[in-house]
Amino acid sequence: MRQLVMTLLVALLVIGCAHAYAGEAQPLAKDEATEKRLIAISSELRCLVCQNESLAGSHAELANDLRREIRTLISDGKSDDEIMEFMVSRYGDFVRYRPPLKGTTLLLWFGPGLLFVVGLAALVRYLRRRDQAIKDSPLSAAERRQADALLHDQDSRQGRS
Amino acid sequence: MNRFLWPLIGFVVLVVLLAVGLNLNPRDVPSPLVGKPAPAFSLPRLHAPDEQFSPKDMLGKVWLLNVWASWCVSCRQEHPLLVEMAKRQSAPLVGLNYKEVRGDGAIDMDKVAPGAETGMVVERAGAWLSEHGDPYTLSVLDVDGRVGIDYGVYGVPETYVIDKAGIIRMKHTGPITADALSHTILPLLAELSK
Repeated sequence: MRQLVMTLLVALLVIGCAHAYAGEAQPLAKDEATEKRLIAISSELRCLVCQNESLAGSHAELANDLRREIRTLISDGKSDDEIMEFMVSRYGDFVRYRPPLKGTTLLLWFGPGLLFVVGLAALVRYLRRRDQAIKDSPLSAAERRQADALLHDQDSRQGRS
Repeated sequence: MNRFLWPLIGFVVLVVLLAVGLNLNPRDVPSPLVGKPAPAFSLPRLHAPDEQFSPKDMLGKVWLLNVWASWCVSCRQEHPLLVEMAKRQSAPLVGLNYKEVRGDGAIDMDKVAPGAETGMVVERAGAWLSEHGDPYTLSVLDVDGRVGIDYGVYGVPETYVIDKAGIIRMKHTGPITADALSHTILPLLAELSK
């Protein structure tokens, strides 16, 4: 039974992979330079249909159309910036994986850093307070003896094993 | 008490953020076209293929541009509302039939003879409208989706409200709901028509 399930799983995986391979975006333009620029530009762009895929990697209909559009723009002699502008003017900053730095994207760019700094500050404060708390309550003579005994006991046990 | 206060605050903040974040519609991407002139185009009309329609023909009127296709499932959802709205004649409604044939995943474009596509588009789009009712003042054919790209279309249906000066004032992505219609679109139309 288990073997059957495994075989089925492997078969599914193989079929799935073959399928994915068959769906790979085919290079259409003849010259390699155009294709290279197309890939470079479309890797920077989000496919709005799938949202978490780049335009270079997406199989969506719209992604095909947009890649075709970018190819046309490249052969028209447009620069990378002009092509980016073409996309942003239609689909907004969301289409770029690296959105420009401006008022509405400040939190996006600096939010994670800000969170990190806040977390770090909280950690430092906590550690300092703990240090202070330890310093403020030193061990009594009896406690120290007890601690030594425990440590000694552990040492001898570790030595034996 | 203090020991649990901060983790509790952290937890509550997280829950609030998730509650808000998960309720946002990820499809609702703000369009950079709002506030800008509607991109120009000239496309053949569905019921009069020899005539061309261009957004500048509508200057001086407040109108709606609705992107649709017969293969689009969500379009069926909003269609009764569009028919209803057309009856009330709130504003001219122009349909942009988007990639009627090549957008339909069920059609293998390699098997469609070159030159046959436009004929198929007219036939399919016409048949769909006679079956479901035609709310459109007129429909235009964007066979290859090129105009759709200029309008930043990424999911059909989409609806644009365009004012008298030809400026896009609103974009609605996805099917129009009764709520969006009565609370957003109709009031905006009324205001713009003043």
